[in-house]
Amino acid sequence: MTTKTITISPVTRIEGHAKITIHLDSRGEVDDARFHVVEFRGFEKFCEGRHFTEMPQITPRTCGICPVSHLLASSKACDAIVGHEIPRPAKLLRELMHMGQTIQSHALSFFHLSAPDLLLGFDSDPAARNIVGLIQQQPAIAIKGVRLRKFGQELIKLVAGRKIHADFPVPGGVNKVLTIAQRDEILKGLPEAFEHAKFALELLKGYHKANLADVEDFASFDSNYMGLVQPDGALELYDGKLRFCDSTGKMFHDQISPDKYLDYISEAVEPWSYMKFPFISKLGYPNGMYRVGPLARVNVCSHIATPLANDELKIWRAKGQVRASSFYYHWARLIELLYGLERAQQLLNDSEITSTDVLVPNQPTKREGVGVVEAPRGTLIHHYWVDENGRIEKANLIVATGHNNLAMNRGVQALAKKYVKAKKLQEGMLNRVEAVIRCYDPCLSCATHAVGQMPMQVELADASGTVLDQATRG
Amino acid sequence: MKKTTATKPAKKPVRKPAAAATPPAPAKVRVATMWLSGCSGCHMSFLDLDERIVELVKLVDILYSPIVDVKEIPDVDVGIVEGCVNNNEQEHELKKLRSRCKVLIALGDCAVTGNIPGLRNQFTLKDCLLRAYEQTESTKISCIPNDPVVPVLNAKARPLQEFVKVDLSIPGCPPDADTIWYALTELLAGRMPQWTEKNLRYD
Repeated sequence: MTTKTITISPVTRIEGHAKITIHLDSRGEVDDARFHVVEFRGFEKFCEGRHFTEMPQITPRTCGICPVSHLLASSKACDAIVGHEIPRPAKLLRELMHMGQTIQSHALSFFHLSAPDLLLGFDSDPAARNIVGLIQQQPAIAIKGVRLRKFGQELIKLVAGRKIHADFPVPGGVNKVLTIAQRDEILKGLPEAFEHAKFALELLKGYHKANLADVEDFASFDSNYMGLVQPDGALELYDGKLRFCDSTGKMFHDQISPDKYLDYISEAVEPWSYMKFPFISKLGYPNGMYRVGPLARVNVCSHIATPLANDELKIWRAKGQVRASSFYYHWARLIELLYGLERAQQLLNDSEITSTDVLVPNQPTKREGVGVVEAPRGTLIHHYWVDENGRIEKANLIVATGHNNLAMNRGVQALAKKYVKAKKLQEGMLNRVEAVIRCYDPCLSCATHAVGQMPMQVELADASGTVLDQATRG
Repeated sequence: MKKTTATKPAKKPVRKPAAAATPPAPAKVRVATMWLSGCSGCHMSFLDLDERIVELVKLVDILYSPIVDVKEIPDVDVGIVEGCVNNNEQEHELKKLRSRCKVLIALGDCAVTGNIPGLRNQFTLKDCLLRAYEQTESTKISCIPNDPVVPVLNAKARPLQEFVKVDLSIPGCPPDADTIWYALTELLAGRMPQWTEKNLRYD
């Protein structure tokens, strides 16, 4: 029986609004732990009645961290409603923009949000355990992170016109071409960006080696995995088909067309969170738990189509196909960061990248459209239904962080059981619990399209609900 | 970037005239940033200050923010708020910040006008919740979240000035980094930023 509840609020250095509660039994042992998302905005309702061409401008406001993902998923859903293939150069430009986002978002996650734990220590002074503390204590490293993120953001600006909430992809293609001068300017920044990405990888591998026991057991648990792959099974972020693998890496659904997602994924709601709990339909709830995002994508892919990232994949797979510890999200993220840079380089060197053939007419010809991309944090699904004039009748969104909801809860439980020894709440312990969440780099902003910000506070309550102890950090 | 005044030394920290009599001026300006109902794009735009963040943290201490680990709002000189007020906890946090800061800045369109979260105001809250948690095509196990642990949603999503006094609004979705930099450096120099067509144009 649960006799005490620990609440951590707000959960900081994650991109969203949330709380964690840890429930203790009568012996003071951890009975259950829950990750609560505490914001709701209602995109799935308030988009009704808007013209479908507005969706790529409205839905990115779900999230300012990965707005490009929403922009692209939305544009792809709108392309399906238009019913024509978009020109190849438009596709290249969209993917290039997407790589810019992958780079900036993964750099942000690693350097700005997680590196303070890894470099300054989980038990270091909370007031300095952040990017600013990192700038002050390890300026050389922090600046690399700042500059790598800046490279991704500048790439987005050069391709799309502005860094956050650009209006560049539109139904039927894109509304701007890339000039040769702009292309060359991006290319000029690539060598430095590669250096920083490789530096981050080495740093992480060093941390991994030095803390092997801890990282292998950092909220490690079995789950299924889902991600987009290319026709030959290679890692894919912009297009491709869905692949599902079990905890051993064995595929059980492969090359699933993303517009069939409703046949494979369902969602559940719990009264204690505004974020829904997607699950694999045939496995039921909650057994159908699966993970998405960097860890899942790197686990499910057969290989990576760019050489440097593929070499890193081989190192990652030294001990087998699948890594289960949540810590490996960080590593997978950096492999993808390297892929993002390599792929951006390929796209920039494509002769059609500066083509002016970037848009087809965008009258609605279909009544329904699904658009799916791999956002930095995982698979993002936009699904719209329109009337004959192209007005939205219904919209359904399943965001990256949502897919991970069951897994994040499981991760918090696993870690709470290891580190929370009731009675006295210790700061470093709480930070570790929070760090599990941070592994998933949850974009609660996205998740609370339906969700929003992730606060942290710990509360102990007895079975009658009386609060016995409370710890708010600071 | 003509707006940049990074090289100028910091003058007096921002404070209201009434507070001028209070004891020793802090070495740095104390800042809290808060994220209510918004997309975090304004905080991301703040991070787009890039290397200028290094300059900024020489002049200010960021004591409370989604990017730092302090969980309780301290007394600060400047409070910067992104997002509008969507639920009872946000309303409470905003009022708490207002009571603990000297200058409150509404950062971005959600804070200033309600913006995209405010689009839900044309529907009833109940209809929004029903669509999200009962009716969406993928939802198979449904209920409306109502556990005491989750905040109670307000009937409408409203901008900051409907709850507290706002000293400065920085519009934009999001305001770009140069504009944020201009506003902060002006405040640090003891001046109120002046908006012109030029510094509010973002593309």
